[in-house]
Amino acid sequence: MATYSTNEFKSGLKIMLDGDPCTIIENEFVKPGKGQAFNRVKIRNLLTGRVLEKTFKSGDSVEAADVMDTDMQYLYNDGEAWHFMHPETFEQVAADEKAVGDAAKWLKEQDVCTVTLWNGNPISVMPPNHVVLTIAQTDPGVKGDTASGGGKPATTDTGAVVRVPLFIEEGEQIKVDTRKGEYVGRVKE
Amino acid sequence: MSTDRDWRPGADVAVLQKRARMLQQLRTFFAQRDVLEVETPILQRQAVTDVHIDSLRIPLDGADGYLHTSPEYPMKRLLAAGSGPIYQVCKVFRAGEAGRRHNPEFTLLEWYRPGFDHHALMHELEQLVRVLLADACSLDETCKFSYRDLFHHYLQRDPFTCSVAELQQLARQQHIDIVGNEVMDRDSWLDLLLTHAIEPQLPANRPVFIYDYPASQSALARLQQQDNITVASRFELYLNGLELANGYHELQDPVEQRQRFEQDQQQRQQQGRFVPEIDEKFLAALEHGLPDCAGVALGLDRLLMIASGCDDIRDVLSFSIERA
Repeated sequence: MATYSTNEFKSGLKIMLDGDPCTIIENEFVKPGKGQAFNRVKIRNLLTGRVLEKTFKSGDSVEAADVMDTDMQYLYNDGEAWHFMHPETFEQVAADEKAVGDAAKWLKEQDVCTVTLWNGNPISVMPPNHVVLTIAQTDPGVKGDTASGGGKPATTDTGAVVRVPLFIEEGEQIKVDTRKGEYVGRVKE
Repeated sequence: MSTDRDWRPGADVAVLQKRARMLQQLRTFFAQRDVLEVETPILQRQAVTDVHIDSLRIPLDGADGYLHTSPEYPMKRLLAAGSGPIYQVCKVFRAGEAGRRHNPEFTLLEWYRPGFDHHALMHELEQLVRVLLADACSLDETCKFSYRDLFHHYLQRDPFTCSVAELQQLARQQHIDIVGNEVMDRDSWLDLLLTHAIEPQLPANRPVFIYDYPASQSALARLQQQDNITVASRFELYLNGLELANGYHELQDPVEQRQRFEQDQQQRQQQGRFVPEIDEKFLAALEHGLPDCAGVALGLDRLLMIASGCDDIRDVLSFSIERA
């Protein structure tokens, strides 16, 4: 079992806490000159997303979490799970709804996502920062309509709703920033 | 943090200038008081036994040498040899200490005053700090708490009498979530509460002294009886919640000093850690006779943090360990 000592603590380190994999967000070394040293850490539980504050006695060890961020290609959804493939080993994993979460609406087949694996199993999925999606439904834009602020909602083929300019029509492709959920531009084929 | 080719210093030129001025001012301060500047070896043949301080080990003539963690023992040997009042500004080294308030190599100002007790030295330290910070800020009146009063005031508990279970419960009430706490001793619980619950609440912009520590945290301070408890004549100076200095009315008794070193060794042994030899030259000096004196060590980098309004020690060091 791999372990980390508190003096290896830094942000991004993955450790096990109460049976859950966690990532260290912040680590502060606290020590009275003549007294016991502590590491005060902010930790995110990778399963629940919750942020916790914990204190470790410096010098203690903690179990390392076998957590890896891996770039994988999204293949398909079988109705229950989202399937991803490692581009070099062709190894496949299936992520459930809990792991995929909000990323689901940005997932387009063939796109390369960052899949976080814990003991080889996916626990979270990060879509690419930019994706190209097709507009499945949007109302026709009305020229001179200023009340809508020059934009209108559009639903993509992946089910995401994005605010787009009035000139965008059904069947067109758009580029979206998944971090903000914002329209970036029209993609011409 | 910093890349391989990031050669620039972490501190602004203005901070370097403040540091230089601070050194000038403190030398003037001690010259006016006839306190002699001395130097003692940074490179030592022995590591400290102190349970919470680890020396850095380096090869020395086919044996182990150590970088000093404070100049205390050789300075006391000078005092025993009749030096009179002395001070030293030097780099000291502590293994494993790095962070926002720590760098493994840092600058200490340490001085000893024959004939002073810890209260007299607190007074002199306060005067020095006010001089060194005069350009930066005008400090409010000094505030003094005994260790006992401090815990009464902030946590409504008596640190000398309450049980480990009570301290543990108190930490929980303060929302301090400690991982793997089953092996913490009483002093570690007190340290936890002091650093996590009390330090952040200490009044700002005024020197805060804490004095008369539990005997178990006496280090090299003498003990005295007070209201049916034994306290160590030790003090600490805090400013804006930052620990700046640690001082003692110094223990003179070589027998008691040896016992404390042996206790340190036992604790280290139990924890499966490196057990340093006892510094016999230092004990021989105590046997010869250390004058009645008080001594204190002040962290100059942290004082400079306050003088420059920095919240990170890396901003006041030309090159912190990450950039060294």
